[in-house]
Amino acid sequence: MTLTKMGLMATTAIFAAGAAMADGKVKVGMITTLSGGGAGLGIDARDGFMLALSLSGTEDVEVIIEDDQQKPEVAVQLADKMIQSENVDVMTGIIFSNLAMAAIPSAVAQDKIYLSVNAGPSALAGANCHPNYFNVAWQNDNLHEAAGAYVTRTGYSKPFILAPNYPAGTDALTGFKRFYEGELAGETYTTLGQTDYAPEIAQIRASGADSVFFFLPGGMGISFMKQYADSGVDLPVVGPAFSFDQGILQAVGAAALGVVNTSQWSKDLDNEANTTFVAAFQQEYGRLPSLYASQGYDTANLLLSAMDKADISDKDAFRAALKEADFDSTRGDFEFGNNNHPIQDIYVREVIQEGDIFTNKIIGVALKDHADAYAADCKM
Amino acid sequence: MTFLLFAEQLLNGLQFGIMLFLTAAGLTLVFGVMGLINLAHGSLYMIGAFAAATVAGLTGSFLLALAASLVAAAAAGALIELTVIRRLYKRDHLDQVLATFALILILSEGTRWVFGSFPLYLDVPRYLAGPVTLPGGIQYPLYRLTIIAAGLIVAAGLFALIARTRIGIQIRAGEADREMIAALGVDISKLYTLVFALGAALAGLAGAMVGTIQSVQVGMGEPVLILAFVVIVIGGIGSIKGALVGSLLVGVTDTMGGVLLPRLFALFLDPSAATTVGASLASMLIYILMAAVLILRPSGLYGSA
Repeated sequence: MTLTKMGLMATTAIFAAGAAMADGKVKVGMITTLSGGGAGLGIDARDGFMLALSLSGTEDVEVIIEDDQQKPEVAVQLADKMIQSENVDVMTGIIFSNLAMAAIPSAVAQDKIYLSVNAGPSALAGANCHPNYFNVAWQNDNLHEAAGAYVTRTGYSKPFILAPNYPAGTDALTGFKRFYEGELAGETYTTLGQTDYAPEIAQIRASGADSVFFFLPGGMGISFMKQYADSGVDLPVVGPAFSFDQGILQAVGAAALGVVNTSQWSKDLDNEANTTFVAAFQQEYGRLPSLYASQGYDTANLLLSAMDKADISDKDAFRAALKEADFDSTRGDFEFGNNNHPIQDIYVREVIQEGDIFTNKIIGVALKDHADAYAADCKM
Repeated sequence: MTFLLFAEQLLNGLQFGIMLFLTAAGLTLVFGVMGLINLAHGSLYMIGAFAAATVAGLTGSFLLALAASLVAAAAAGALIELTVIRRLYKRDHLDQVLATFALILILSEGTRWVFGSFPLYLDVPRYLAGPVTLPGGIQYPLYRLTIIAAGLIVAAGLFALIARTRIGIQIRAGEADREMIAALGVDISKLYTLVFALGAALAGLAGAMVGTIQSVQVGMGEPVLILAFVVIVIGGIGSIKGALVGSLLVGVTDTMGGVLLPRLFALFLDPSAATTVGASLASMLIYILMAAVLILRPSGLYGSA
């Protein structure tokens, strides 16, 4: 062994020790949507994440939180700042898929670990999967696939399906059709951000459909449900959980009662982690948690579980520890597939009323141990 | 396409147009009388909706909620005029755009501060809920018919105000020659505040009526603002009649385009391509309409050159 080599090894050792002594702490950069129309989602995800950290009592995680304003260019700027000047170890928080596509690929290429609390665009699940990218929520198509499976199993034979005309919207209808066997009464793409659905409702009325499937996240879903309930069309409605999460149900009100929706989480899931989570969230924030909050909570617990097993300075070991997903998920069973996306049960929920509060109740399982359709294309 | 579907869609277009008119009327008055581009008009629409949702939540009365939307938006409008807008009349349009854009941000974040980030609940009152059957067997929501009727009444009232009252004469005179009516002893700054508050009240009312069947949330006013600008450009800036005709044109074109174009493309394309192409083209339709109107009549349908 030459002197230089020894010197090099010593330096490396000091570096490694330095990093480890640098406290074994993990610096997390959270970029999420805290203003604008989609703020409710980001706030819930953030609150869930921070709740898990405060319950664990850990002092080894430092979180830097920034608002992406639901704008891709802002997300990219913030990501650059987090990587270059804040020098974070782990990134998380992005809610919307278009922002995720703008910021995540370059972050993981710069050797930052990214834990997705929500967005799961298909482009990151298949051939472009990445060892540094872990999705703790779902692949975008999952809940729609479950809705398709539910509709088929229930025996509806002529659903009318609609979604906004943007990537996640086309993914939604594709996902639905992947698991729905039969013919459609109609298929419509609406404008993103549309608020008046009278024309679509008139089409549904005239189409001879026996059920309606829609994916209209946020305010679009509120508008649709209220107008649908007032239109006199009374076909059964099925949708993904996004249009019926805790944050918007109160705004939809009685119009949502009885609607069936698919979700990987529900507040009445009977497991210890979930009971603790729901009670603690209510106590801390004075409102019921949504699925976004549960995803933030699970993400933080996944991170903590990996920190128990490995040090962040050893990236390979840390990735392996993450992949084991050795934490108590609020969803019960949770594991990662080969593409670092969840393999999990997807449930069917129904909107009910408890006192003054509108909320969801599980009525069955739509898909068991469901992985996504892109995993096979991922060479990992 | 059956007659029933066609008739229902025509009503939808009409109702959409009437709602647009309420927003566009205030915008065109302010633009015409004071020469001011007010981007914050959509925020007044939002304030109306939030005020209505709050009052409806507290009292349970829909009529009180509508009244609250008028009062809150008018008050907010007057306040904004007195504190900010007043300083902008002599500035050029770029300054006005910048200042009123800042107002959008302030009002949106301010609303979030007070009401939080989650949408509010505001629903159709029981006596207006559900569909009614019209002659010819058309099933149509009663609330939307009420919107059409209320909008037409407001439009008639506005025309009467402009054409027959002293204030209306002053407003028209203000549009024609600002210096002259000031010289004739009309308190022009009071008139400006009044016009601005009136426009704001109309926007607030529209926000409350539309918020009832849509979602009351921060940022709800911006999409409407863009359409309202399209309407006043088509109708001719400053013309109430132009705003009415423009609103109905935009409303019916947008609705019928969205319904008919995908069907048209389905004749020679496969269904999923037809929906995608049709939907994309339909969303461009009103802008194509605007371009066509501008080519034929550069100052809008009823604009004075």
